[in-house]
Amino acid sequence: MPIQTRGEVLDVKRAGAYHVITLTAGSIPDQARPGQFVAVAIGGGESGLLLRRAFAIHRVNSRGVYGGTLEIVVSVHGEGTAWLADRRRHDPVDIVGPLGRPFSIPRDPINCVLVAGGYGSAALAMLVEELHSRGCRVDLVLGAATEDKLFGVLDAKRLASTVTVTTDDGSTGIQGRVTDVLSDVIDRSAADVIYACGPMKMLQAVAEVASSHGLMSQCAVEESMACGIGVCMTCVLPVIGEDGVTRMVRSCVDGPIFRGDRVRWSDIGTVPVGTYGSMPLVEETS
Amino acid sequence: MTRAVVRQHVPSTPEREPNVDMTAHLASLVIPSPVLTASGCSGFGRELDGFFDITRIGGIVTKSVMWSPRSGRATPRMAETPSGMLNSIGLQGPGVQAFVESDLAWLLERGARAVVSIAGGSVDEYVRVTKFLRDVKGISALEVNISCPNVENRGQVFACDARAASEVMSAVRRAADPAIPVFAKLSPDVTDIVAIADSVVRAGADGLSVINTLLGMVIDTDRMRPALGGITGGLSGPAIRPVAVRCVWQIRQALPDVPILGMGGIRTGLDALQFILAGANAVSVGTSVFNDPSAPLRVHRELAKALEERGFGSLEEAVSFAHRPEGYEYEGEPEE
Ligand SMILES: Cc1cc2nc3c(=O)[nH]c(=O)nc-3n(C[C@H](O)[C@H](O)[C@H](O)COP(=O)(O)OP(=O)(O)OC[C@H]3O[C@@H](n4cnc5c(N)ncnc54)[C@H](O)[C@@H]3O)c2cc1C
Ligand SMILES: Cc1cc2nc3c(=O)[nH]c(=O)nc-3n(C[C@H](O)[C@H](O)[C@H](O)COP(=O)(O)O)c2cc1C
Ligand code: FES
Repeated sequence: MPIQTRGEVLDVKRAGAYHVITLTAGSIPDQARPGQFVAVAIGGGESGLLLRRAFAIHRVNSRGVYGGTLEIVVSVHGEGTAWLADRRRHDPVDIVGPLGRPFSIPRDPINCVLVAGGYGSAALAMLVEELHSRGCRVDLVLGAATEDKLFGVLDAKRLASTVTVTTDDGSTGIQGRVTDVLSDVIDRSAADVIYACGPMKMLQAVAEVASSHGLMSQCAVEESMACGIGVCMTCVLPVIGEDGVTRMVRSCVDGPIFRGDRVRWSDIGTVPVGTYGSMPLVEETS
Repeated sequence: MTRAVVRQHVPSTPEREPNVDMTAHLASLVIPSPVLTASGCSGFGRELDGFFDITRIGGIVTKSVMWSPRSGRATPRMAETPSGMLNSIGLQGPGVQAFVESDLAWLLERGARAVVSIAGGSVDEYVRVTKFLRDVKGISALEVNISCPNVENRGQVFACDARAASEVMSAVRRAADPAIPVFAKLSPDVTDIVAIADSVVRAGADGLSVINTLLGMVIDTDRMRPALGGITGGLSGPAIRPVAVRCVWQIRQALPDVPILGMGGIRTGLDALQFILAGANAVSVGTSVFNDPSAPLRVHRELAKALEERGFGSLEEAVSFAHRPEGYEYEGEPEE
């Protein structure tokens, strides 16, 4: 069950293009599973920025001197993320979490390839630990536009069998996209399953590569969310259910982790013909 | 079921309950708290129950339900705006049958008061939904979302036309269980909201929910296209509060006895108090829930405290108090 808690900033560190923020967060760290996220309120009780911002839970520490703490990795994008990056030690931050469904963890020690784009690797750190502790082989592919937008490369090397880095500009690692190297990594590691987190276009490409190898992929999506807790219906995307029917599914509570072969990537931003409950000729408000 | 801890920093001295009778009256409905949720901002109550005890507020106003399941609109469905947001959900929902069997059943079983919001694309659809709900025991009230386009009249929104709005309300009132009150939810996007209010009350509405969202639009300056998939959307949140308070005030002035459920940008107890003083008998908290999932219960507490501080022994005494005649004296009057 998610909770709402008033946390406190313990630390803000720069890591390349990102800010790593450590927060006290009540019992959220105890409950958090890999792939879940928190929703952080911006700017205090009278703030004009009303909507919470979502961040993947990067790491947790449930037994610190300050009680439970967690880390988020923030890429400054607009006003809300800029406000967060400006926090100082002891500043209060209101947090809701842990939110969303976690990654499914395999029961057997199988071979897992994890793919991240940009700060997407923040969402995979807990997964790496969990998979490793279950005896899974973990191979990582980390990609970004430029070197400073890579996150967690050193950390990844600790537990992963291999780490393959790509950058669009070739500033480090292999020049190109994660999907340019993914097939090789899959073959080399005899992968059984793919996990991915990053921009939607990357997830779509990764899901396609996984499918072409006959592998299941689990993708952490990022949709605009007004509430993060399942009450507003803003965060939907078209997902094919067990019954073969496409539904507009809430990514905050039914996601953010979806099977890559179930998301209708090319149809995001539309209500595809035949979607459950679609009536293309009728338009309603709110 | 297990209940989550709402706030972890429990104050060391538990706060004393203010000595104010918070009973609210909405037509024949009598509720122990004047604070409800707003339709579309609390789902069907389930998700919020982990953040606060939903049986302790006035009621859960459920997401507007139509006859059939609906996929809603394409994304993006939201855009943040100064002190508010635009939404264009398109009434995504399970349809009335699944709603009754699963969502409403849960809510009633949980012991929460359920105000069921209904919507339709035609008078006939409103009536079919109402008749389906007539056999369900335990519904506290119906709220009729008439801010829907009439498919039989070129998409003209019912709430923006006194005649169409009245047709819906009289048909729903006739079809509904006579024992439960039926509220009409008004749109502020009209020239004269009092005229619409007057018409729907004459048509049989037992009360008014005031207000729905204002139609708005945001252009994404990077893509240089409308930010929302639905192009336009409903504006809500603190940004619309002054408009909402004005609407409540005008309707109260014209219709001194009509029950009013006020809403629009309520975030704190003092915001709620503005609506009560302007003439609302109870209030709904909508968009603020996205910022603070426990807002409805917090607003209840803050409102009780604010009423006590101003010398009110009951909520009822404060309803419409801002309309009192010049020179009216009362006990709690602040000293000059
Ligand atoms: C499940 C999930 C996990 C995420 N994890 C991370 C993370 O670990 N690190 C990180 O830096 N960012 C993460 N994001 C993206 C982050 O939430 C947005 O960058 C942030 O909300 C932008 O806020 P802003 O005020 O800076 O930007 P603005 O553009 O000013 O925001 C305006 C509105 O749009 C929404 N919005 C804008 N961009 C996004 C986006 N990419 N995704 C969702 N909503 C958006 C905002 O929430 C806000 O309501 C995640 C998003 C989701 C949905
Ligand atoms: C995301 C969202 C969805 C909404 N859905 C509905 C709805 O289904 N039916 C309805 O009558 N009003 C709906 N509303 C309007 C609210 O119930 C309320 O009237 C309005 O938002 C003003 O109150 P607020 O500022 O407190 O949110 C919705 C509002 C939002 C923000
Ligand atoms: S963000 Fe509100 S339902 Fe998902």
